Amino acid sequence: MATQAPVSVTVAQTAPRRLVLDVLHDWVTTVDHKKIGLMYIGYALIFLVIAGFEALLMRIQLAIPNNHFVSPQIFNQLFTMHGTTMVFFVGMPILFGFGNYLIPLMIGARDMAFPRLNAFSFWISAFGGLLLYFSYFGASGLYGAGSAPDVGWWAYAPLTARVFSPGHSSDYWTLSILLGGVGTIGTSLNIVATAISMRCPGMTLNRMPLLVWLYTVMSCLVFVTISPLTAAQIMLMLDRYLGSHFFDTQAGGSAVLWMHFFWIFGHPEVYVLVLPAFAFANEIIPVFSRKAIFGYPAMVAASVGIGFISLSVWAHHMFTIGMTAGANTFFVLATMAISVPTGIKIFNWLATLWGGKIHFTASMMFAIGFLFQFLIAGLTGIMLSVAPFDWQLSGSYFVVAHFHYVLVGAILFMIFSAFYYWYPKMSGRMLSEKMGKWHFWLFLIGFHLTFDFMHIPGLEGMPRRIYTYEADRGWMMWNMIVSSGAIFQAIATLLFVYNMIWSYFKGPEAGPDPWDAWTLEWSTTSPPPVYNFAVTPTVESRRPLWDLKHPDDPDSHYE
Amino acid sequence: MLAYPIWSGLAVQVPSGTGSTSIFDPAGTPAHSIFSLSLLVLSITGAIFLVVGGLLTYVLLRYRHRASDANAMQEPPQIYGSNQIELSWTVIPILIVVMLFLATARIILATQNAPKPASALDVTVIGHQFWWEFRYPRLGIVTANELHIPVSDPKNPTPTYLTMSSADTNHSFWIPRLAGKMDVIPNRVNTMWIDPESPGLYLGQCAQYCGTQHALMLLRVYADTPAQFAAWIAHQQQSAANDPGVAEGRSVFQHTACISCHTVAGTVASGRFGPDLTHLASRDTIASGSVPLTPANLRAFVDNPAQFKPGCLMPAMHLNDHDLDAVTAYLMTLK
Amino acid sequence: MSEAAVIPQSQNAAWVLPSRGIVGMACLIVAEAAIFIIFIVAYLYYLGKSVTGPTPHDVLEIPIFTSICLFSSSATVHAAVSALHQGKRATTSLWLAATVLLGGIFLAGTAHEWYQLIVHDHLTIQTNLFGTTFYSLVGLHATHVVVGLIMLSLALVFSLTGSLTPRHTGKLEVLSLYWHFVDAVWVVVFTVVYILGR
Repeated sequence: MATQAPVSVTVAQTAPRRLVLDVLHDWVTTVDHKKIGLMYIGYALIFLVIAGFEALLMRIQLAIPNNHFVSPQIFNQLFTMHGTTMVFFVGMPILFGFGNYLIPLMIGARDMAFPRLNAFSFWISAFGGLLLYFSYFGASGLYGAGSAPDVGWWAYAPLTARVFSPGHSSDYWTLSILLGGVGTIGTSLNIVATAISMRCPGMTLNRMPLLVWLYTVMSCLVFVTISPLTAAQIMLMLDRYLGSHFFDTQAGGSAVLWMHFFWIFGHPEVYVLVLPAFAFANEIIPVFSRKAIFGYPAMVAASVGIGFISLSVWAHHMFTIGMTAGANTFFVLATMAISVPTGIKIFNWLATLWGGKIHFTASMMFAIGFLFQFLIAGLTGIMLSVAPFDWQLSGSYFVVAHFHYVLVGAILFMIFSAFYYWYPKMSGRMLSEKMGKWHFWLFLIGFHLTFDFMHIPGLEGMPRRIYTYEADRGWMMWNMIVSSGAIFQAIATLLFVYNMIWSYFKGPEAGPDPWDAWTLEWSTTSPPPVYNFAVTPTVESRRPLWDLKHPDDPDSHYE
Repeated sequence: MLAYPIWSGLAVQVPSGTGSTSIFDPAGTPAHSIFSLSLLVLSITGAIFLVVGGLLTYVLLRYRHRASDANAMQEPPQIYGSNQIELSWTVIPILIVVMLFLATARIILATQNAPKPASALDVTVIGHQFWWEFRYPRLGIVTANELHIPVSDPKNPTPTYLTMSSADTNHSFWIPRLAGKMDVIPNRVNTMWIDPESPGLYLGQCAQYCGTQHALMLLRVYADTPAQFAAWIAHQQQSAANDPGVAEGRSVFQHTACISCHTVAGTVASGRFGPDLTHLASRDTIASGSVPLTPANLRAFVDNPAQFKPGCLMPAMHLNDHDLDAVTAYLMTLK
Repeated sequence: MSEAAVIPQSQNAAWVLPSRGIVGMACLIVAEAAIFIIFIVAYLYYLGKSVTGPTPHDVLEIPIFTSICLFSSSATVHAAVSALHQGKRATTSLWLAATVLLGGIFLAGTAHEWYQLIVHDHLTIQTNLFGTTFYSLVGLHATHVVVGLIMLSLALVFSLTGSLTPRHTGKLEVLSLYWHFVDAVWVVVFTVVYILGR
């Protein structure tokens, strides 16, 4: 039979284009952890831009005293929506998105333990976010301008009682977070079950990547953290609609009880937000230092310790409510105690860098920003833990500066770092390093302009949650500087979004392992096939790819 | 973007007083002890920042990857941990925490469990949306928003003990130069004390979000010399001035809804929802410290409070111009 | 294309991890327990603080019979799981039916108790702090019982139609864990409300 010489095909082979409707259907009905992870991340980025815009409006209003850019009613809605959105519909989803994407890949599994629960959790959280923003279009409450909640993101009782918050604005707050909470518990359940029951052969808990450890601790924290808020919200709805008296001070109910319930949720919640940031740092810093993480067992112990201690510190948010000296003293001690395991983590990262070969990629630069800024945030946290000092600082802009230092300076910086690090794996393309460095420097300048100087009005007596302030207090110059930093951050964020879109089409191809890293996700293609691993891997150390790349000196000899 | 005009015309001039509300400018014992403690805390945290931040900076410079290095392509030695080092940076922070905790506990106990001298003045503070009610139970005085208390001489202290609660939502009483803040909570009684060491005006404001006009729920504490304070008490204990020249304005006041919210001692007006107006004209400001008291401002406020404090709970009274002039003239006689 | 790290598996070590269903249900139980704890804290915090209206001592009668029914249903659901594991279809259906029946008796008892309280003792969720905390706590528990009964009834239907096989023992065990949790919560609620609180 005559054979023909193979003809080289010059036409690029492409799969036939799928119908848009098919693609949409695929995404809406998917139970694949990678797609769900990406949906969480995309959804969170949209809300990041919206909530950032809300912050921008507030900063314009506060740039000068007695300003009239927005009315007090609108301003009060803005700070409520900004806080609620950022915590529940930006922070949580983006972190769960990364966790969803990475955890099965890092433990050699095919998917999460409960894929359908995974999809359900995403969609119910998404619905919660949409419900919250639907409030802007809802019927006018007594104070007009739509029905967006205006009770602050803690929704203190009795301000949320029907008599003080008529209309439905508080209900939007309650219900949207309740639904988000259901999604959060579902995803956390998935994470714990996956980490415990789906690890590949050879991956004992002692060899599990630190990212997976930290997400597991965070998820365990979620179970005992979100539930108190859910319970309190059920009580609030019963008060508002069935006439119960949980927080009805006229009938003997207690405003302080809401505070306890809320902060029993609220404080561990910030650890829920920060533990994934630690998780990213634990993976990224070693790779760009070219060294294994220093003190893996101590890192695990410190993370678990932080999780436990964080459950006992909540009333440091209540130092000013008139608790007894004994109670105040206890919470001072507990709060100070948490600085010990947290410090251990910082020192371990420092020791990882020590003696390494540090590569200043965009991802690493954000991680370094995280290290410095988390240090500072922790130190202002120690200042706030000193109850008498807190009697001055609580409820002032010093606290606002502190927690934004953690949320933006530490967590958001680490999220940016994670984006630059894992975007190649998720999309198959590298993000532009040049744009990344512009993003970093612009954002750094904006961040420090805003949040360094924000401490000062706090020290000068400026309370938080005020739509304007007196001209003679001397706060104007600081507020002006703070507001100017917001513009830099906005530009930098838009540049980042542009980078992600541009690089998806034009970025250089990444290949499976662009960073020469050591955990299992880098052994798949970029992006991974839908089944993740053609053959379930077996591992013998914490860094299976290091062992493959250094067969003469594998980690398994040292662990 | 910043083209919107600064509010002008009405909020002309705040009466003289220290505009400073800095916590680093203490003028009373609680604020002083917090200030001293804060210096200790700031030194410790500052030292930690310099040490750790310095180490971080050093590490980043010293160990950066240089492509020109001889062994640039080799991986550095892998160090997995060190028990001694990890122990030391566990123990040292624990010691620092213990020390800081003990210093803090001492101040907490000193402030919260301070014994109350017999010479203390008792004032009851009731927080409202969006104004402050002050009652002097043993002196029979009720006033609003401007708190007069005696200066306290350290050799012979005369502190003021505040017993506080709220009539509606949560508030917080904060005069930074005198003391830390204390929340004012419904169905709960909190106490605190202040002892200004020199005469003058001390500013503050509500520090717990309480609703639409939280931002303008301002505080003015007047620390009076003994003579000033005695005179003030004597004056406040009198019932309302009864100037026949403003009979028409008084009549307007007493026949409209004013009396259902406001009290004017010695008249039929005995409402408790809004501030006591018995000696309104003896105050420097209205609208809870945010508007200077002038006839023009008062008239505009009565006509439509929302133009100064949108969202405040006093409704626009919709009086005609004539009645408005009359009632303003009447209120200005309530010295 | 990159292969996953494939290192030959050690022959003897069998890689066995805990069942994901059990882990998942344990997580759910922890979360639900935390919700109940908050309602119990509210109940205890407000004990004796009602300004007016009936007190626990005035109106509560200890629900011994219905509680015994509920506690027994834990034993019956355990028996159902055992039976399924042994492949005894009819026995499984029997024990599941017994569980549903006992749970139903408990619910009926609660409904009767509430009827008495509302109609005869004039205690509603609005009456006072006791009414608020009592109905919300007992009601939250009853809601969990309802959900459990629905799931158990479904399992019963599957068992009766022959769809429930020994392959599903793990899933039935996970459901039974939920039911044991509901019982355990009742132990605490019963003690706090009817014994400590009266």
